[in-house]
Amino acid sequence: MVEEEGFQRYLAHAILWIGIAIVAFPVYLAIVASTQDNAVIANGQMSLLPGGHFFETYYQTLFVGTSGSTREPVLNMMLNSLIMALLIAVGKIAISIISAYAIVYFRFPFRMAIFWIIFITLMLPVEVRIYPTYKIVADLHLLDSYAGLSLPLIASATATLLFRQFFMTVPDELLEASRIDGAGPFRFFWDTLLPLSRTNMAALFVILFILGWNQYLWPLLITTRDDMQTIQVGIRKMITTTDALTEWPVVMATALLAMLPPVFVVVVMQKLFVRGLVETEK
Amino acid sequence: MQKQSIFQSKLLPYALVAPQLAIVLIFFYWPAAQAVIQSFLLQDAFGLSTTFVWFENYLELFKDPAYFAAIVRTFAFSLAIAVSSLSFALLLAVMADKPLRGSMLYRTLLIWPYAVAPPVVGVLWVFMLHPSLGVLSRYLRAMGVDWNPLLNGDQAAALIILAAAWKQISYNFLFFLAGLQSIPKSVIEAAAIDGARPMRRFWTVIFPLLSPTIFFLLVINIVYAFFDTFGIIDTMTRGGPGKATETLVYKVYTDGLLGGNLGSSAAQSVILMVIVIVLTGIQFRFVERKVTY
Repeated sequence: MVEEEGFQRYLAHAILWIGIAIVAFPVYLAIVASTQDNAVIANGQMSLLPGGHFFETYYQTLFVGTSGSTREPVLNMMLNSLIMALLIAVGKIAISIISAYAIVYFRFPFRMAIFWIIFITLMLPVEVRIYPTYKIVADLHLLDSYAGLSLPLIASATATLLFRQFFMTVPDELLEASRIDGAGPFRFFWDTLLPLSRTNMAALFVILFILGWNQYLWPLLITTRDDMQTIQVGIRKMITTTDALTEWPVVMATALLAMLPPVFVVVVMQKLFVRGLVETEK
Repeated sequence: MQKQSIFQSKLLPYALVAPQLAIVLIFFYWPAAQAVIQSFLLQDAFGLSTTFVWFENYLELFKDPAYFAAIVRTFAFSLAIAVSSLSFALLLAVMADKPLRGSMLYRTLLIWPYAVAPPVVGVLWVFMLHPSLGVLSRYLRAMGVDWNPLLNGDQAAALIILAAAWKQISYNFLFFLAGLQSIPKSVIEAAAIDGARPMRRFWTVIFPLLSPTIFFLLVINIVYAFFDTFGIIDTMTRGGPGKATETLVYKVYTDGLLGGNLGSSAAQSVILMVIVIVLTGIQFRFVERKVTY
């Protein structure tokens, strides 16, 4: 171990705390702003210490919404975001794990062709094909629906590749053993493979949940009804171009509520999060 | 690579791949093909007839100075975001890699911004640096800076770059830390025994060993700057003032909203697809190399 001298160590601590302060400052400001009076903020006289409007602001944000253009309560938006994020995460894991199972544990005509068809989707994010995808979703009458919000975002190969890679490392003896026990493809999948994949599924779920919750461009395009808005879209509509009308405490409270679930997931499930992040980037 | 031990069934495997195949074909291949086809067509003003025009839509785009400016702007943004975020994250990762007390706490306190959505990042930063009510704008004005990103294009661009880089610090930090921790301690000790001071140890030993990680992150950051900045731009500047913060993705979005030229908008999408495929290709080649070494 290379010994660090005392000064070097203090310097490292100092730099890290400065870094943390820089990273945290915008969020601290949001917390402070969400507890202050809008008139004071609009004057540019905002203090850097929390004010006394905490309960008032959060009650209004969660259950009433802004008094301006969008009157949708933020709790409702959070529910929409939650449903969308869960559908994306669960849907992607479910369809990927069974298709990876077919590709690894069966031999059938066009197996590799199908694998490549799925693999290529890895390359193109939804942003580059928004309008054609929008048209298809509209033709299928899926605008303003949870299916329309989530299905196009499920169409990608990361999870399939991950499960394929993992299944390849599962020893063949396990299949032989369960076959001797008289297990067919369903029993083997359910009793052996699924329990073994639990950690991978959890890590993937954490990443997909965060990605799903944070989607913006797609929900912005396909939701027109206020009651179908996700929180990310809702917050953008709260910032009006005429500054005087923007209710900054409510906006800041919404921003904090929008980051609460994913940040909570990252901090509490840090190990799974790091694992998922590293594995989906491979 | 293939499994030796497999199941025999004629229909079951097709049933298992069917859901994913259906979704991929309907929501991926069909729209992508539509974009490619449409980029070769020209529609008249009333949308009544379409003609096949070969590469005219593409040629029009490349002749358009506004599109060319958007390309240059997007690459400039990407580079600025990548370099600023990577260097700050590397500094923090090198510090956090030292045997310090509380290093786990530091890690936790530095990685959470990954989970903040781009539009929320935009809202946080626009509030902090708002010309009339932003807390930091007060100090900037006190320092004599005429700060108004709503009117000044360069300042708006700086604001976008800062906010986008801020969000990406945590991601870069995590991968740098993992990269640093995989460098064998014996190599660093050897350099220390040879009398290399910490700064020299970093530039001559650690930095070269970290170069694969840096290259990987550079590609990831450029892709991030291309696509994930949409939410930041849309909440902060909406591409303005003028077109000072309009990136390629943002241009596809606004051109499509205006609903004018379908062929041109499709051609823009196809160009974006090609850029992503090239970037992904570079990344894959690099990953291959990392495996064989």
